[in-house]
Amino acid sequence: MKRTLFRNQLLPWLLLAPQLAITFIFFLWPAAQAVRQSFLRQDAFGINTTFVGLSNFEALWNSPEYLNSLQVTAVFAVLVTVLSMGFALLLAVAVDRMIRSTSVYTTLLVWPYAVAPAVAGILWWFIFNPTIGVMPYFLDAVGYDWNHISSKTDAMTLVVIASAWKQISYNFLFFVAGLQSVPASLREAAAIDGAGPVRRFFDITVPLLSPTTFFLLVVNIVYAMFDTFGVIDATTEGGPAQATNILVYKVYFDGFVGQNMGSSAAQSVILMLIVIALTVVQFRYVEKKVAY
Amino acid sequence: MASIILDKVGKVYAGGTRAVGDVSIDIADGEFVVLVGPSGCGKSTLLRMVAGLESISEGTVRIGDRVVNDIEPADRDIAMVFQNYALYPHMSVRQNLAYGLKNRRTPKAEIDKRVAQAAEILQIGPYLDRKPRALSGGQRQRVAMGRAIVREPAAFLFDEPLSNLDAKLRVTMRLEIKELQRRLRTTSIYVTHDQLEAMTLADRLVVLNAGRIEQIGTPLEVYRKPASTFVASFIGSPAMNLISRRAVPHLPGTDHAGTIGIRPEDLTVAPDGPLEMEVLAVEELGAQRLVHGQTGGERLTVTMPSGEALPEYLRLAYRPGSLHLFDGKGLRIA
Repeated sequence: MKRTLFRNQLLPWLLLAPQLAITFIFFLWPAAQAVRQSFLRQDAFGINTTFVGLSNFEALWNSPEYLNSLQVTAVFAVLVTVLSMGFALLLAVAVDRMIRSTSVYTTLLVWPYAVAPAVAGILWWFIFNPTIGVMPYFLDAVGYDWNHISSKTDAMTLVVIASAWKQISYNFLFFVAGLQSVPASLREAAAIDGAGPVRRFFDITVPLLSPTTFFLLVVNIVYAMFDTFGVIDATTEGGPAQATNILVYKVYFDGFVGQNMGSSAAQSVILMLIVIALTVVQFRYVEKKVAY
Repeated sequence: MASIILDKVGKVYAGGTRAVGDVSIDIADGEFVVLVGPSGCGKSTLLRMVAGLESISEGTVRIGDRVVNDIEPADRDIAMVFQNYALYPHMSVRQNLAYGLKNRRTPKAEIDKRVAQAAEILQIGPYLDRKPRALSGGQRQRVAMGRAIVREPAAFLFDEPLSNLDAKLRVTMRLEIKELQRRLRTTSIYVTHDQLEAMTLADRLVVLNAGRIEQIGTPLEVYRKPASTFVASFIGSPAMNLISRRAVPHLPGTDHAGTIGIRPEDLTVAPDGPLEMEVLAVEELGAQRLVHGQTGGERLTVTMPSGEALPEYLRLAYRPGSLHLFDGKGLRIA
């Protein structure tokens, strides 16, 4: 009896162990390290480490570079979210109107999601390469001198396009599913009620899609803020002149390239707080099904 | 207010499947016509063609004095009540009612007046500021009807509006729809698969089968003189007994390949009756009972007053003049 009881108690823990180990080793422990390190300062050779309280955070607050990075991140996240969700909705509506071969289009449109961020970055980096790229060639024809190595706007445009492109597939899938859950009879009723196609879209479809839209909004902001590291690293590396240095890239750059561990850790902690806030928003409102 | 005239209307889908063929119906101004038939008979397709939600592949549909084949649903001057009500879930009841008027740029004061009127008629005044999901099935049904009547359209189209309600509520709402239509005198087309609903609501019935009209007539005409064995078995509950001539050669009739129809209520127990039935099952309904049995290998149902236990065999007589005779193709002879 006792033996079986003992084994039954151990077994669940054993089964959980791999997942717990992964969570602990790769998530909780580094996170705790980051929090600890954000209160410390190391000298240039890593010999002396001193406790400095909140001064790492204070330094960030007073650093024009960090504030610039905050602003860049905000602009970047808004642009990526708007662009990828807008395009995804457009494509989803187009597919939703199709009667045949819907699944073929859907499959094709989902492919970019399978591309790794760094690869997506390289892809767009080639397309927009000022020397050998296709786009600068066409842009030159209409009189625009594209150069994302020297122009801040061009650099931002490049990373926004590359990041948004990858996320369109994901948004598209959710929008297609969302559109399919809007009953046809509602649109028919609206048609009889004298609403034209555009009217129907904005009066009926958009409000009924709002739970999907809100969910995607949060997911896209999180994506733009965190998962675009690969894109940035493969294309602009945060430049030129900090123009595309988003928070998550700055964490890496200051920590691993600049070797300023204290500041980097403090930045990670701030990012962690942002993620927690977004997650709370997500759970609070998505569960409640916004709007209606 | 308008008449609706369907002239040789047909629907063929892109794949070549024919859903409806050669349907001609003249619906007078203010008339309540019910399209009834089993599922898949094309009744909803027909209604959707009148509404403009489905293209018309053959024939013409006229509403009033206009051919509406190529006119958008919004401009056909019709209102439709859907099976699932199709209320806009994100709008309040008031907004639901007003939406059609707003799209037509009706002045605000006029909208308020008409919404108030409709709310009064349908007794949904207290719920005007609620969302549809906060309403019961019957209330939603009323709102769906309200959305139709505020528009004051030339015609109402009902697509099985009661089939999502429970049995008791269905009877109440059925009566309400009837009274409402009497009061407003708006031309109405009503689609249902429920023959009882069809009988009770209709000024005239259109019985459809496999995309074609089997019979058009007032409920009593259709009940008393069904044009075919299909109509005979579909209209009336319990259904008419249909017995092949061969099983009862001693009954009057002409065609040997034909069928004889007798309504269950036209059969009575009589010791010297011409039919002998073996009793198989009895369903008690309270005031009366349905007795199911067989004669000469054919199923037979009899309605009779409830009473004591039945013997194993019953002799039955039919009311004089109550036989329906059909030929070998199932069409009525007499």
